[in-house]
Amino acid sequence: MIENTQVIINKSKSRSENKDFNFSKDQIRITSSEVINSYRDKAWESFSKTFIPTIKDDPWRRTDLRMLKVDRFELATSNDSTKKDTIPSNLLKPLADGEHGGQILISGNDVRSYLDPALEGQGVIFTDLLTAELKYPQLVEKIIGKIVEPSEGKFAAMTGALAQNGVFLYVPKNITIESPLHSLIWGSTIDFANTTHVMVYLEGGASVTYVHEVASDTETNGQSLQSSNIEMYVGPGSSLRFVELQSWGRHVWNFTHERVNVDRNGSVDWIFGAIGGHLTKNFAELNLIADGASGKMSGFYFTDQDQHLDYDSQQNHLAPHTTSDLLFKGALVEKSRSVWQGMIYVAPGADKTDGYQANRNLLLSRDARADSIPGLEILADDVRCTHGATVGKIDADQIFYLMARGIPRLEAERLIVEGFFDPIMQRIPFEGVRERFQQSITDKMKAYTG
Amino acid sequence: MTELIVRNLHVSIEGKEILKGLNLTLPKGEVHAIMGPNGTGKSTLAYTLMGHPAYEVTEGEILFKDQNVLELEPNERSILGIFLAFQYPVGIPGVTVANFIRSAINARRRALNPQDKGIQLLEFRKQVKEKMELLQMDPAFAGRYLNDGFSGGEKKRAEILQMAMLKPEIAILDETDSGLDIDALKIVSEGVNTLKGPDLGVLVITHYQRILNYIKPDVVHVMMDGRIVESGGSELALHLEEHGYEWIREKVNGLG
Repeated sequence: MIENTQVIINKSKSRSENKDFNFSKDQIRITSSEVINSYRDKAWESFSKTFIPTIKDDPWRRTDLRMLKVDRFELATSNDSTKKDTIPSNLLKPLADGEHGGQILISGNDVRSYLDPALEGQGVIFTDLLTAELKYPQLVEKIIGKIVEPSEGKFAAMTGALAQNGVFLYVPKNITIESPLHSLIWGSTIDFANTTHVMVYLEGGASVTYVHEVASDTETNGQSLQSSNIEMYVGPGSSLRFVELQSWGRHVWNFTHERVNVDRNGSVDWIFGAIGGHLTKNFAELNLIADGASGKMSGFYFTDQDQHLDYDSQQNHLAPHTTSDLLFKGALVEKSRSVWQGMIYVAPGADKTDGYQANRNLLLSRDARADSIPGLEILADDVRCTHGATVGKIDADQIFYLMARGIPRLEAERLIVEGFFDPIMQRIPFEGVRERFQQSITDKMKAYTG
Repeated sequence: MTELIVRNLHVSIEGKEILKGLNLTLPKGEVHAIMGPNGTGKSTLAYTLMGHPAYEVTEGEILFKDQNVLELEPNERSILGIFLAFQYPVGIPGVTVANFIRSAINARRRALNPQDKGIQLLEFRKQVKEKMELLQMDPAFAGRYLNDGFSGGEKKRAEILQMAMLKPEIAILDETDSGLDIDALKIVSEGVNTLKGPDLGVLVITHYQRILNYIKPDVVHVMMDGRIVESGGSELALHLEEHGYEWIREKVNGLG
């Protein structure tokens, strides 16, 4: 593989007119919890004070929102035409061996949820946000706004104030959940904004695998907006495996603020897969907040046509003896574009930490472009941190070699792309999830004709 | 017509002519060797037969099974029955040896029958196991990424394994002996010898006579400056080993 590191920086453009969303404060859902209510009021304050980010704002330098028709969006309500029966059956298939321990399907206002009664008996809560607010406000209070703050950005504030739904997972102390939990948010209607707040709270000594999936059909002639906050806490000695799959339709503009705080000797295995959407801006952050915490972040993306995918990742070593390992791999065809900007931060005194980050991109078309920008900020003395970023093309000699064995050119390219992603596939413990990714590679390579 | 015919082949790379009117006929069932000093165009011939896009054919023809080979893509040539064992096999990270060979077999089956569902996994495993034993390869080898971090000997064995699995009718071995110690050379040669038969023509391209001790050629050609300048029986190889290429050069120049 020919590899070149390239860093391309856009020229700044002037701020466009300050269009804003037409939402109002009375759209905030009032709950019985003062804590939740005041969090939302505060979020609203942030939301109404901040502008839509422009390419002059540092993390947005490579992602331009000027074409986003913000003033057209309504908050998705019961008018939303999305129906539950449109969920394709292949998305409901178990992603792991055997059955799900629980499943939540959210499609517009329609919510269906299931949790294994045995888990329910152990005190596990896996439900949609509205139910959680009603039935378990004191548990929601433990985490809401504690991990992702509304002041972090326009979209974080918007979701914080107006979240229409979401998922709430709570795992009590020393509970191990064997079968994975699955949630699916389906549908994204034109001219509607959808806001989703996901919270995961693991008490000490707990263990769970949770697959969170967002998807929709592609609609033409319009835009839809998705904004989500994902807040996670992994208690002492707990382990969380969190798999996110994003396959929004091509009309969706998608914004995510997500962060996990990992406590003493806890670990998170965080897997990202993104193949959909028109434009995505994602802030993903791993906070290793106490001694011995560790986290692994594995990303898979494959963009085509005019898709734009922008990931900001942050690995924060805030305590000694913490370990992080990030590998993001992406393939790009046609005129698509990806951005990955990563940062490993090691706080003063966070000695004996080990941080790794790598981003590898494979460009399959001349017009595709990947920007890959690693970063380190190390304020401790005794640490080991390494990083790597590459943007490469398929080697013509690899293609010739495969063709010399009878394999047609496009299939040869597909094999090479699959091989490129193999190190990520190896990190995914579920056949079902791997198959989902393999299928997306096959589909995208089929549509692409060289 | 069951022979590979090369007629008056002229090939340039980046505008420089390397092959200058090469003629060669390789019938199935025979082993031919092409020997010659470095830089005479031996590997150019190998790549051109397989259809490498960097090699431009300016004149001449290549025919096999009534087909104009020059009009075919490399994958079509492979399916027609031509196989090249590469001198420098390329690494394909992330693609295992087994997955790769299976893809190649299935591509072949689909080319012959678009409805084909591909080789059964069990049948495939059985075949690979059998051929790997023949080449004294560790079964774990099938699960390794193709040519990725392979030693020189492993790469050459993997080439012959592919040849055994794909069952070509014309096999071109491009400097298969280079980088092999004597034990590996024996194993690889034995592998080739097992595959030999009335349905396979072999073209052994080599700089040294050594490999011809193990793979006995029916005909030896000497290549110089982009042409075949001398052909003979296997004794010609021994003669070259003893006397070098100088006497041929003088003979050619004398004639010229």
